[in-house]
Amino acid sequence: MRQETVSITDRAATDSPRSKPRSVWTSPIRRREALDGFVFILPWFLGLLIFILGPFAAGFYYSLTEYDSLLPPQFLGLQNYHRILFVDDRFWLAVFNTVWYVSAAVVPQVILGLLLAILLNQKARGITVFRTVFFMPSIVPIVASVSLFIFILHDRFGLLNETLFQVFGIVGPNWLTSPDWSKPSLVLWSLWGIGGGMIIYLAGLQGIPETLYEAAAIDGAGALRCFWKITIPLISPTILFVLIMGIIGSFQIFTPVFLLGSSNYGMAAAGPMDSLLFWVVYIYNQGFFYFRMGYASSMAWLLFILLVILTLVQFRLAGRWVYYEDEAAIQ
Amino acid sequence: MARATFVYCLLIGLGFLFAMPLVWLASTSLKSNEQVGTWPPVWIPYPFIWENYGVAWTSGHFGLYFFNTATITVLATIGQLLTASMAAYGFARLRFPGREFLFAVLLATLMLPFVVTMIPTFILFKNLGWLNSFKPLIVPSYFGGGAFFIFLLRQFFKTLPTEMFEQATIDGASNYRIYLQILLPLSKPALSTVAIFGFMQHWNDFLGPLIYLNSPEKFTLALGLRQFIQRTEVRYQEMMAMALMMTLPVLLVFFFFQQYFIRGVVMSGIKG
Repeated sequence: MRQETVSITDRAATDSPRSKPRSVWTSPIRRREALDGFVFILPWFLGLLIFILGPFAAGFYYSLTEYDSLLPPQFLGLQNYHRILFVDDRFWLAVFNTVWYVSAAVVPQVILGLLLAILLNQKARGITVFRTVFFMPSIVPIVASVSLFIFILHDRFGLLNETLFQVFGIVGPNWLTSPDWSKPSLVLWSLWGIGGGMIIYLAGLQGIPETLYEAAAIDGAGALRCFWKITIPLISPTILFVLIMGIIGSFQIFTPVFLLGSSNYGMAAAGPMDSLLFWVVYIYNQGFFYFRMGYASSMAWLLFILLVILTLVQFRLAGRWVYYEDEAAIQ
Repeated sequence: MARATFVYCLLIGLGFLFAMPLVWLASTSLKSNEQVGTWPPVWIPYPFIWENYGVAWTSGHFGLYFFNTATITVLATIGQLLTASMAAYGFARLRFPGREFLFAVLLATLMLPFVVTMIPTFILFKNLGWLNSFKPLIVPSYFGGGAFFIFLLRQFFKTLPTEMFEQATIDGASNYRIYLQILLPLSKPALSTVAIFGFMQHWNDFLGPLIYLNSPEKFTLALGLRQFIQRTEVRYQEMMAMALMMTLPVLLVFFFFQQYFIRGVVMSGIKG
């Protein structure tokens, strides 16, 4: 499993013989094969042009215009970007809220997900039942799980506050109606779905050869030492993957934030006192509520640029702490 | 053994926390209005109020939304299976100039955030006059079906023994025949994984229907359930009944096809 993690792209490049254009077009069989190849990838290729590259380029153009989707776009140059970055306070509030959530949610996803996977990697009777229990919440449709959390987190008769009050004598916060607690509520919701990352870790853990632990045990290494010297290095590519995907996904979080934020505050509202105004929620509000398509596109492009930078930085930093088995084998 | 006891205590404690919300969902969906917000909490309602489901069915228009969601899900998933497997076959088995480059482009699109293309794609469908129809939610699936699925299928196709394909070619089978009669039948496990993930993707989709569907008779379950959330006078037992009915098909698919499910999640990890 781990081998796969690192070698897939390499293999794509090496074990498929490079087609040399000349021989392709002279041999009738190779020509046939090449033509068929184009035919098979054609639907995808058209989709790439129509639904990805076209919109990608069009989005950049819209970001330089004022566009209400009815009248033709009016070219503005960089005015949208200027306004977003230097004038629009709500944009910076949206950035603050989003970064708040990313920092509060991704770290537990990465760390608790791994700890949970280690726990579920134990050889214990009935362990598969427990795996199912922890994994199941992550596949519940988001709208359904958010409805459920709206009920559980209800200020007065929600199960959580009732339990806090009746059992511990604590008056629980107004989870969904107070600006201080709406984001923690969201984090709570995201923790329930931690099982998705857990399963990925579990696959990684099961790829670590048992013999490594046995050898370490013979050499007198304790459990903690094994964890830091064997488990962590060997699972580090998976940690990097869960981290990057977690950050990219959390920056773009929309559905649960929008549902919690608009449940009691009308369509375009974003939770109590804008506390659930997130980056993509703001893009949605500007684009589909106020029909400022150009302005919304600029914000989408800013998010895109930020995500590209973040991903590159992470891969850069990864060289320092991620251990790839292949490299070790070469040296 | 102290260690085993410790592990079990942790598992049971945490397991209770994770299972509790779903149990609460099911239990609440069968409660009468009086039992909903009481202390001590009622875990097993008495009597079962099946009526809540009836109310969700009638005033929540569950039947209609279910039908709409199923239509979109089935049609879109078929498109994904068809065109993703075609592209994957091209990338895995057929040699043509520019293949490596195009495959690198495909991998790059995996990382592209959806927000960058969301607004222009909306304008595209608006100009086509497709707003308030299922087309924007179905048609794109017939154009490759998503980079991740192509990648997943290609990885699987590459593991199939080459000899079989070579023999078929020598016997004079065309690439189209090989695709239909050898490749697809051999790839049922991988295709099942794609089918399950496609099903989940369309069944759970919220943003797509939110942007493209306006009139209530076209709503999907996700939008229908949102109407419950937005009511001023929320009746939680009915909301929970609706939420459970939306979740049930997903859970059923999960239990029946667990191995394909896990394989897909694991594959999503491999792509790093």
